Amino acid sequence: MSARHAAGGLPRWLPLAPATLLLLLFLAGPIGYCVVLAFTDTQLSGQASASFVGLANFRRAFADDDFAHAVLLTLVFTVLSSIVGQNTLGFALAALMRRASKAVRTLTGTVVIAAWVLPEIVAGFLLYTFFTREGTLNAVLEGLGLPGQNWLFTLPILAVSFANVWRGTAFSMLVYSAALAEIPRDVTEAAEVDGASGVRRFWHITLPMIRRSIGTNLMLNTLQTLSVFGLIWAMTRGGPGNRSQTLPVFMYDQAFLKSLIGYGTAVALLLLLVGGLFSAVYVRLLREEV
Amino acid sequence: MRPTSPVPLVAALTALAALATLTACGDSGGDPDTVKVVYPRSTDNKVRLMDDYLAVIKKQFEREHEGKKLRLIPVQATQDDYYAKVQQMMRSPKTAPDVVHEDTFVLNSDVKSGYLRALDDRLAGWKQWGRFAPAAKASVRAEDGKTYGVPDGTDTRALWFNKELFARAGLPADWHPKTWNDVLDAARTLKRKLPGVIPLNVYTGKGAGEAASMQGFEMLAYGTGADPLYEPSSKKWVTGGAGFRDALEFVRTVYAEKLGPEPSDALSPTIGTRVTTDWLPGGKLAIALDGSWLGKFWLPSGARPWPQWSKVMGRTAFPTRDGTAPGRVSLSGGWAWSVSAKSPRADLAWQLVETLQSPANATDWTVRDAQIAVRDDVAAASAYRTSMPGISFFTDLVQVTHHRPALPVYPQVSNAIQEAMESVTTGDADAAQAARRYDERLRSIAGPAGVTAR
Repeated sequence: MSARHAAGGLPRWLPLAPATLLLLLFLAGPIGYCVVLAFTDTQLSGQASASFVGLANFRRAFADDDFAHAVLLTLVFTVLSSIVGQNTLGFALAALMRRASKAVRTLTGTVVIAAWVLPEIVAGFLLYTFFTREGTLNAVLEGLGLPGQNWLFTLPILAVSFANVWRGTAFSMLVYSAALAEIPRDVTEAAEVDGASGVRRFWHITLPMIRRSIGTNLMLNTLQTLSVFGLIWAMTRGGPGNRSQTLPVFMYDQAFLKSLIGYGTAVALLLLLVGGLFSAVYVRLLREEV
Repeated sequence: MRPTSPVPLVAALTALAALATLTACGDSGGDPDTVKVVYPRSTDNKVRLMDDYLAVIKKQFEREHEGKKLRLIPVQATQDDYYAKVQQMMRSPKTAPDVVHEDTFVLNSDVKSGYLRALDDRLAGWKQWGRFAPAAKASVRAEDGKTYGVPDGTDTRALWFNKELFARAGLPADWHPKTWNDVLDAARTLKRKLPGVIPLNVYTGKGAGEAASMQGFEMLAYGTGADPLYEPSSKKWVTGGAGFRDALEFVRTVYAEKLGPEPSDALSPTIGTRVTTDWLPGGKLAIALDGSWLGKFWLPSGARPWPQWSKVMGRTAFPTRDGTAPGRVSLSGGWAWSVSAKSPRADLAWQLVETLQSPANATDWTVRDAQIAVRDDVAAASAYRTSMPGISFFTDLVQVTHHRPALPVYPQVSNAIQEAMESVTTGDADAAQAARRYDERLRSIAGPAGVTAR
């Protein structure tokens, strides 16, 4: 026993206890509760008592066309807005800003980061007013003599993807700015002296040296995007029909508007699973590289 | 690093967690002298009818009950979100309000969940109860035969139309459509003669929420014959009804022929506010299938004061599909004051309901909110009878009105109706496809044994 105690007689785990307690209370607790609920037919209203239903909610999800549709839209939203949009645009901005003058750098940085600092719901309403039929975008298009758009209705998944790119690019930009600053100058100069072109330098020097950052950035971006709810809810409420109903919106709709808490939490667990799969892939990529 | 044993860690944490939970529980009931009342606040910041009314009640209640406090908890949200929020609050004693403003169509559902307290023992000794109309009493009686709320008004629905726009399109100021086709024909004439004006608004889709189900769909469906949703004799929900498809086909026609608002506007949750405070007063919408209460928005105290409204706006009953008797359709709902089952201050909560329903306060609220009276003393009050032009027209509709089958699963059925409407509005489905999908949803909501084909 004595070996487990530090010099002062205090147990070693004591300093960790507050953090662990908070984690258990606020993270493991709700997740555990969610797991329990997912195996019941709990309803928000209209039910005398809930009962255990085993895997019925999960079987229902896999047989539900709307669920399949939501999974598909979630993947489209994630790939489009996070992996393609935020990630690429963030990298491009970071790379361009390295060569830009200080004034341009400050200005761009401020604008991009301002979008990120805004609370999600504020960003949601701003972008709603931007894309809506009487909104800013159509006013600008009309001013330029171009035809108007009504994407919130015709292509809502594209509108919310743009919104998420607008809001989330700053994070990738910051990560890549830091990563690019870490590349030693002499390596790049040596490649230049050897006559490597810009593209070759990018492919053989820059990319390999920031691979870890790419992995980390992709992972954080993807997980954040998978759980985006407020932005979509404020802009479209998942509609029209279910054209922008990603998994988090589907989950909310089932749990709170259709009162099916049990089914909603089962969908939440499946969403957790999707996030877990993405993370596993990224973690694997990171490990291989070391 | 030596691994540390997890046992003491877990033990200590469990103890701490238990302690935290216990301390939290000490607060469960809150202050015994404070009554908490939760109510919906309009998403339109200019509409503060309930807030203003409850501010008066608060003063009166605190004066009459010395040492007691009234805490007003407004929930500013769309209606669907309001119900979900209140249901979550009522799940736990820590957050449950004492008195709650309940839409009577969710009442049965919430009773089944055990959220509300039966009030029969209180009502027995309350002499005001005799003044309520039987239909109003029925609307707050649950499946178990007990009463769970005190209604504070009802409403009816009909067509509002802009007589100035009608005159410009060559339509009569004294308009009495006899069938659905008459309504559609008038809308087609308006579309042809008055470009830029929206001919007809019928609420649709999930954004409008219960307004779509009730002002929109059910106003249509209940004019097609026997109850299109529920069969009371067998206590089963109806699938495959022809009336159901016809009602959807009407909605589809309105949006497919562009007789209604742009689908993207129609499906937006803000549609209700736009109709009442922008389109109708602005002369941008000619016919609105809407509720008896619209006038309250145009009074000097309303969200959009509009002095000329009583001259400009005409009212006419909504017809049945083919003009079959009784020729008119209306639907009635209403809200009620209920007491939360988890309230530790049921006595004080009931006293608040009594204050809210004193004859003077009941009249005040009915007039303020442009409700249709549910009590004979309010109905007889001159303040009520002169409160608004058209009040007698809407009160008359009570004779032909229908009530929703407000059973515990109705909120889910209503949601399924809204989805069916939304899919015909966007053009994603035709009426038959949408009705089939509704039947499927209905079978999963009510169970295969709870439905009957018609």
